[in-house]
Order: sequence, then C-alpha cells, then structure tokens
Amino acid sequence: MATLTLLQAVNDALKTAMRDDPSVVVFGEDVGPKGGVFLATEGLTKEFGANRCFDTPLSEDGIIGTGIGMALNGLKPVCEIQFQDFIFPAFDQIVSEAAKFRYRSGGQYTCPMVIRTPYGGGIRGGLYHSQSGEAYFCHTPGLKVVIPSTPHDAKGLLLASIDDPDPVLFLEPKALYRQVKGEVPEGKYKVDLSTLRTVREGRNVTVFCYGAMVPVCERAAVQAAEKGIETLIVDLRTLLPLDEEGVIEAAKQTGRVVVVHEAPRFCGFGGEISAIIAENAIEYMEAPIARVTGFDTPFPNTLEHHYMPDERRVLDAIEHVHNY
Amino acid sequence: MAATQLLTVIEPDGGVNGHDVGMTNDELLHCYRTLLRTRAFDDTCMKLQRSGRIGFSIPNKGVEATQVGAASALQKTDWLFPSYRDFGMALYHGVPMADMLHNMFGNALDSAKGRQMPVHFSFVEPIKFVSISSPIGTHLPQAVGAAYAMKLRGEKTVAVTSFGDGGTSSLGFHSGLNFAAVWKSPVVFLCQNNQWAISCPSSGQTASESYAIKAKAYGMPGVLVDGNDVLAVRKAMLEAVDRARKGLGPTLIEAFTFRMAGHSTSDDPTRYVPKEQFAEWEKKDPVLRFEKFLAKKKLWNEDVRAKYTDEATAEIHLAVQLAEGTPRPGIETIFSDVYRDVPAHIRKQGEAAFDLAARKGDASAGDGKFPL
Ligand SMILES: Cc1ncc(C[n+]2csc(CCOP(=O)(O)OP(=O)(O)O)c2C)c(N)n1
Ligand SMILES: [Mg+2]
Repeated sequence: MATLTLLQAVNDALKTAMRDDPSVVVFGEDVGPKGGVFLATEGLTKEFGANRCFDTPLSEDGIIGTGIGMALNGLKPVCEIQFQDFIFPAFDQIVSEAAKFRYRSGGQYTCPMVIRTPYGGGIRGGLYHSQSGEAYFCHTPGLKVVIPSTPHDAKGLLLASIDDPDPVLFLEPKALYRQVKGEVPEGKYKVDLSTLRTVREGRNVTVFCYGAMVPVCERAAVQAAEKGIETLIVDLRTLLPLDEEGVIEAAKQTGRVVVVHEAPRFCGFGGEISAIIAENAIEYMEAPIARVTGFDTPFPNTLEHHYMPDERRVLDAIEHVHNY
Repeated sequence: MAATQLLTVIEPDGGVNGHDVGMTNDELLHCYRTLLRTRAFDDTCMKLQRSGRIGFSIPNKGVEATQVGAASALQKTDWLFPSYRDFGMALYHGVPMADMLHNMFGNALDSAKGRQMPVHFSFVEPIKFVSISSPIGTHLPQAVGAAYAMKLRGEKTVAVTSFGDGGTSSLGFHSGLNFAAVWKSPVVFLCQNNQWAISCPSSGQTASESYAIKAKAYGMPGVLVDGNDVLAVRKAMLEAVDRARKGLGPTLIEAFTFRMAGHSTSDDPTRYVPKEQFAEWEKKDPVLRFEKFLAKKKLWNEDVRAKYTDEATAEIHLAVQLAEGTPRPGIETIFSDVYRDVPAHIRKQGEAAFDLAARKGDASAGDGKFPL
C-alpha cells in the first residue's frame, strides 16, 4: 500500500477508473495538459489521450450539459468544476436535468455521471473560493452527494461514485488535499456510498461531521479527552442518501450530540441531522443538540479563521452538551 | 473598423501613419505615466506575494496598454464593470495606490473591509469601478442593466464592461450581448483577449475567426484592435463610447494582447505556454511601443522613463508601508453588510463569536497562502 495525500488518492482513483473502463472520460477547465489547478488530473491526458481527458471552454453549464449527454449515451463522464463556488451556472443542468432524467423518463434515460469539485475554506480564498454549498444539492432528489475526508475514502468513494448508476456530486475538501496523508490500497476497491465511518469511539458525546471538519473534530476530541470527555466521532461521508439508521444509532449511544459543518447554519445539513434525531431519538437526548457551523454570512477573506469552525468552537460545544 | 482585421495605430518605428491622435502632450504623458505605474504596481504585488506578505495576486504584465487606452476614452461619470486584471483602469482615473493596496492586504482600510481576495477591488470614487466578482461573466448583463438606467434617465453616460477571452464562453456573455443589442444599450463590451484562460488557449475557447466577429450575430459592431497599442485601443473605444452616447447601441471590442506571465501567483505558465510565444510577445511590449511613439514626438527619452519610474516607486513604497501597517478588520465586519440591518440570528452568532473569543481566546490565523 502506498501512502498518499487526499489529492493523490483522487488522482489515483481517476487513473484506476480510466484503466478499468474505456468509457470513463474526464473533462473540465484546465484539467488537460495543466492537470487541473490543484493537479488532481495530472498525467491523465498523457496516459489516456486528449480524447479521454480534456479541457473545455469556460462554461460550467456546458461542462455539465455535455456530461449529461455523454452519460445518456453510454459514456461515464467525470466532470470537474474548478471550484464549487463556480458550479452555479450549471445549477440548472444539475438540478433540473441530471437529477431528474431517470424520474421524468420513467427510468428510460439515466445519468450515471460524477461531478467532482473542491469545496470549503482554509486557503484564504474569500467569498468565491471557499464556499460549502452541499445543502443546495442535498435538497435535490435524484442526486447523490459524497464528501470524503481521508485518502482511503477519497479513492474508494470516488470509484464507487463512478460505478454508481445515478449522478453523484463528489465534493473534495480542498483544505485537506495536501494536509492529510494515509495508506491507500493499489488498484480498484470501493467504499460503499451511504455508509458512515466511525472515526473515534466514545461514550459521552457524539459528534457528526464530514469533509474538512473531520480532523478539526478529531483534534477537539483529543482536548476533550484530556478533560475526561470521551467523544464518538462519526464521519457522514455520504450526505445523500444518508444512512439515517446509523445516525440515529450513534446519537442514541451517548444522548449528547454536536453537529459540525463549515457551511452556514440556516438550512444547513446540521438542521437535517438534528431533525432526524429529534424525530427518532428525542427520548434518548440528555442535552439540546448543538450545531457548530459557519456563520450566516458570506465567507470572509482576512478573517476566515474566525468564520470556520475550529477546535476551540467544537470543544466548547462538546463541553456544553456534556455539562448540560 | 473590422471584426477580423487588426486595427493598429502605432507603427513599429513609432509613427502613426497620419492618424490624428487628438490628445495633448499632458494627456499622452498621463497615459505613459499610468502604464509605468500599472507595471510597477503589478511588479510590487508579485514581490509581496513571493515574499509571503500578501496571499495572492494576478499578473498584469503585457496587457497595460489595453487598460490605459480604454480608460482614456471614459469620463469620470461613466461606469466600469471591470475584471480582476484591470489595475490600469483604476490607476488611470486616479484611484490612489494605497486604496488598491488596502485590498491586496485585506486590511481594515480596504473598501470591502478585507472580505474579498486580493485584486477584487471596489471603488465608487473617482469613477464607478464596480465591485469585482470571481465568477466569470456575471458582470456583463449587470453592465447592461446599469446602462438601461442611464438611458431611462436620459443621461449621456456609458457602462463599460471588461472580461477575458475565456469570459466569452460564459452564460453572461451571451445574455449580456443579446440584451444590450435588443435594447440598444449604451454599453461597450471590452474583451481583453490575452490568448489564454488560465491554461486554455483560444483554440480551445472558440472556433470563431475572432472574438470580435461574434458581435455580428448579436447585431452590433465588432472591432478587433491591437491591444498592445494604447492609441489603437483608445480609438476603438472612443468610437464605441461615442456611438453609445448617441443612443446607437453597444459595441464589442476585442483587444488582442498577451499575458506576459502566469494566470496568477499560483500558476506556472511554463507548464503550458510555448517558450516561443513568450519570446515573440516580449518584443511587442506595450510600454516600449508607446515609448517609441512618444520619442518620435520628442516627448520621451531615458530620463523621462527614469523620472516616472522613480516617482512610481516612491508612491508604491509609501502606499505599501501604509497598507501593511494597517491592522486587520475587526471581527464585527464578518457580520455587517450582509443586509442593511443586522437580523437577529446573525447578531446572535456575532455575539457568540465575541463571547467565545473572550472566554477561549482568538481563532488563529492561517499562513494566508492561496494555493491555486
Ligand atoms: C464561472 C467561473 N468558472 C471558473 C472560474 C475559474 N477561473 C478564474 S480565471 C479563469 C480564466 C479566465 O480567463 P479569461 O476570461 O481569458 O481572463 P484572463 O484571466 O485571461 O484575464 C478561470 C477558469 C471562475 N472564476 N469563474
Ligand atoms: Mg484570457
């Protein structure tokens, strides 16, 4: 097994899929000779040729629209949107088209495609290179939404997404691209979608998180342990369709819940987790559910470290629900 | 003027082929001074980024003449919907360098309160330099709307929007040009074709003979102009602005130029730009081109360059000191300006942030590097 960064694991997954299946094509802005602005697609054009990994004109609408057509007609497109912040010109294609083709055609036409895009803050990218837009897409029946937090999961989840019969939005935590390293098996393997990952066992407080917030929560849990609080951390890794049973089970285990995400709070994914627990396990709750999230403001630049949840804020919430 | 034939004014020897320049010597020297200040500003920002003092910048080298020529055709009452590479337009109209550097440092004196990335300027004085957005192409239809308001009120002003070759593929390009032509809006679309959209060459962006020719299908004139020639850009812009002011509708101008650097401080152009292309365009440097013209008019020698360069250096030096010495914006700026009035839920989040900072200390800042 090789030790790879999350970014290298994504690259490895793409190569593995393209070697395995000649119908897989990768395209987007700057993904060809340059290898993507983060280098996630480095070497693909060289190995697989410009017919299978190529640059497009600067149009997200065009990227996703043509991707849909390819998917309808037997190819396996893996489209890259350079930053999740720039996905909105393609919102119509994703929400009105890719997500609804199967339903509106009675299952005659389907869109098995993957849309990869880096999301989240921590790189001093200001309003438009930092956003976490998962909630917009989790509100879209027909779409799957996946977010890895480790190199192992990045490869296994991406390969599962490429094999999936439905459109998958694959959000990559750009803050972790080079920050996390881990062992990644060679060749093809899959991490099943809609499964949770227990990051750390604990009997006092349950923390639900995903993507770039996972290491933040892990660090907070270490500090909580020094204060005698044992934290169970659950990495949701597929937000839609969500393993609701697993969420309820993990909440029941401690009866004290914190949900963490970078995205704004109002109508954020934390609201969904809270509602699922309230509906199914409220009698197990020993404390109100706490959310640690980005603020309900646009994403600032200079002060991004105040905007993004950090160990300080997560630990404060863990202590709060623990001592309630 | 044509959509596929390059309009040029300044000849290789500095002559202008009988073209009536129509500018005073002072005006010409203001253009020259702005070229040098723009280049110096760019150079300083690149160095500040390389030494870790700011997080990011966008190179400007090679495209200064387009910006200066275009800006010189505008009045202070006109509106600019610029792109992130338009330093020269702001400087031409007198935006103080310090104000631009406050943005580059994202400090408390930044007009946008440190909320935006570097090079995303916003100014209302001395000219409307409308807040820059990162998403490409969104500002084209906005310029058309601003122009609609001008027309409705019977004002003789124009809106100019500037964007890149890559921007012509955006949804906003299509709706912007289409609406403007249908409405006969007082708008000028300035496409700065620097031949690259990050690593994508024009051959990967369009199959049209030029970008300017796209105007024809929308029903407006398209003009292809030498973007390294201040006077050619100015000529095309003056004509377009004049048409707009007379109520004759929009124009698309394509300024053909070259980005003599990477896309941004995070980009390595040697990975994809052919060496020969750099060498070829090095010879077409827009500053040298304008110097040749000025020299022929006896307005230029090495001393003039030295004098203006020294002035620009001193100006930037002071501005950097001021901007770097200015503290970060206060935490409250995260929560203000989302709406005119701060709603209760945002106020509560702000109060919680202050409370936590008081109890547990401040959040720690990252290294401020933008890795793209
Ligand atoms: C909608 C959108 N998609 C992608 C990007 C990422 N991006 C930033 S600049 C750029 C290239 C722009 O090229 P061009 O329009 O030619 O302008 P130039 O940078 O060359 O001046 C890209 C793809 C973006 N900012 N917005
Ligand atoms: Mg360009």
